Amino acid sequence: MSNKLIVTPSPHVKDSVTTQSIMGNVVLALAPAMVASVLIFGVRALLILITCVVSCVAAEYLFEMVCKKPNTTKDLSAVVTGVILAMNLPSSLPLWMAAVGSIVAIVVVKQLFGGIGQNFANPAITARVVLLISFTQPMTKWVSPNFGTAAFDAMGGATPLAVMKNAGETLPSLTEMLLGFHGGSLGETCSIALLIGGLYLIAKKIISPIIPASFIATVFVLTAVLGQNPIYHILGGGLFLGAFFMATDYVTSPVTDKGKLIFGIGCGVITVLIRLFANYPEGVSFAILLMNIITPHIDNLTRNKAFGGAY
Amino acid sequence: MSKLKSLHGVKVKHFKNTEDCSTEILPIPDRVVISMSQHIGKPCDPTVKITDLVKVGQVIGTSDAFISAPIHSSVSGKVVAVDEILMSNGQKTKAVTIETDKLQEVDESVVPPSVNSFEEFIQAVKASGLVGLGGAGFPTYVKLSPKNLSEVDTLCINAAECEPYITSDYRTIMEDAEDVLNGARQVQKYLDLKKVIIGVEDNKPKAIALLKEMTAGDASIEVASLPAKYPQGAEKVLIYHTTGRVVPEGKLPADVGVIVMNVASVAFLSKYLKTGMPLTTKRVTVDGSAIAEPKNLLVPIGTPIQNLIDFCGGFKTEPGKVLMGGPMMGIAVNRLDYPVLKNNNAILAFDEKDSREPEETPCIRCGRCVNACPFNLMPASIEKAFKAGNVDALRELKVNLCMECGCCAFACPAKRRLVMTNRLAKKMLTQKK
Repeated sequence: MSNKLIVTPSPHVKDSVTTQSIMGNVVLALAPAMVASVLIFGVRALLILITCVVSCVAAEYLFEMVCKKPNTTKDLSAVVTGVILAMNLPSSLPLWMAAVGSIVAIVVVKQLFGGIGQNFANPAITARVVLLISFTQPMTKWVSPNFGTAAFDAMGGATPLAVMKNAGETLPSLTEMLLGFHGGSLGETCSIALLIGGLYLIAKKIISPIIPASFIATVFVLTAVLGQNPIYHILGGGLFLGAFFMATDYVTSPVTDKGKLIFGIGCGVITVLIRLFANYPEGVSFAILLMNIITPHIDNLTRNKAFGGAY
Repeated sequence: MSKLKSLHGVKVKHFKNTEDCSTEILPIPDRVVISMSQHIGKPCDPTVKITDLVKVGQVIGTSDAFISAPIHSSVSGKVVAVDEILMSNGQKTKAVTIETDKLQEVDESVVPPSVNSFEEFIQAVKASGLVGLGGAGFPTYVKLSPKNLSEVDTLCINAAECEPYITSDYRTIMEDAEDVLNGARQVQKYLDLKKVIIGVEDNKPKAIALLKEMTAGDASIEVASLPAKYPQGAEKVLIYHTTGRVVPEGKLPADVGVIVMNVASVAFLSKYLKTGMPLTTKRVTVDGSAIAEPKNLLVPIGTPIQNLIDFCGGFKTEPGKVLMGGPMMGIAVNRLDYPVLKNNNAILAFDEKDSREPEETPCIRCGRCVNACPFNLMPASIEKAFKAGNVDALRELKVNLCMECGCCAFACPAKRRLVMTNRLAKKMLTQKK
């Protein structure tokens, strides 16, 4: 008997939280927004969601099989990437483009850099930017909410941000903004559903409130100061989706509280600069991507001071 | 003190299953193996040889080094071996094996010490063989005679007992509260300290109530109820949470005016001053999912842990892991013939399910380790620097401050062996200096 005793380094008890349970909770937190997207944009939204999730998981599985690496699909991180990417796409996007985006996210951005935990930029965001630049027209053909009735591509629905930038059309009401009854990508329109999911993640201590709070607050204050309607700026576009679900990606955001604050403010500033002064109506994904890239530097500059440490 | 920003830590399940188990006295085993290395510092040299007859309390090992503590026989009987044994940490040390006669005859040298001054007090503490019983095993007489004694004003009694399962300190308070307070008062008196603070985690309300009741009229003794958050009983954490003082890197508690003693240490000291019986027994919790009847035991030092487990009804199921110490910092052993040491406070045995080691997956940079570390260290960054062999970064990341409490590895969702990495990183630092 005694020659079978296991000897391992301490500690001998571990918390029940695992990578898989964290990712599962993120998917759960995205559920309200997924449901909302299907309700608002109809069955097409569901097809985009399924395409992205299946392509992401399949891409990860096949890549790891080909490279003879251990299969990591069970950690659910590929599912999260798939859902978040789908949330960033317009419901009218051809499905093959959604699949291309998924493969870019998993193979190019995640696996080629070493798999989970090693990517320098958020896979879903990078894939969205790649799609936006490659297929600009379909990626910016926004569909009005159809609630599953009218043919989905019957009319073009400009996003509130585009309306604000170009003027001409009328802006949706505030209630419509909160419920997501306006043009936009799948998951970004229903602010309430995103807020519920975000608050769930904060309550479960899966994400820290620092990044979303500083990101959203920065956009609110800056747009107000610059004479814009700050409410429409925080509810329109992908700010809630980006702030709660993409900027908070562990791998590509700073670890310390101070670093998170800098990251959130940086994202907010870049977002506003792009929205107001650049060619694109929306800047959330570019802002997060740029801040992803400088995250290692933020990390190095915001190391914690050790308790009792000499420096 | 409520204004202090409390240090990080983790919420671990308490499993204080044995808190109501009164201490039972373990029958004298057939033989004991008394290690000559039961303290931090130079090991002792045996002062007895094979076939010598020894009695309880007789000195069997001494050292002339400053940081050391004499070792006494815990039994009466015949020395049958003076040789080297392998310790649970993998190192070899000298040990004296005694075959007991079960008579427990007490040595003539065991008489109450005459203590009237600080010098005599320190001399007595040294002769008692007392080391830090909370786990560190630092010779107490050295701790009680710091160079800057005049600047020390507070005695902090560590009764936090933050490790899961272990209740031996709790039983010490419940059964020997008089000795706990008397021991603390003796230290307070001879070291001329203004204040005594007894820190207890708030998952032990009966102990807090008892100590508060017994110290009601004494303004110099404070009973501090501390949140049950691991590692509340870590020395620097306890000092900070009870006095607000921060022990700087490379300094000792005495440098900030505090001396910390474990509750079992002060209780022993009180008994020693009354009887002169040196440190020969230890209160040990035996628990875990593989133990048939968990108990608290008073055992002669040097008793093989197999005897403790047998007395607790043996294993009720095949054990997967046996620990000396608690689940957060204890050492997993591969054999059951290791002897109980002065600073052991628990023997835990877990069934195979509880012993299973979870699969290690890649770090996802979630930062849970950073938010768990009481000392604000960054274990994930340390791991990265260690893997890269980056000694400069390890130095900047202050891995040398790590006390190996286990919070980071406990909190890690990827189940990375962060404590082991920190140990190896510290080793790397000392080797490349």
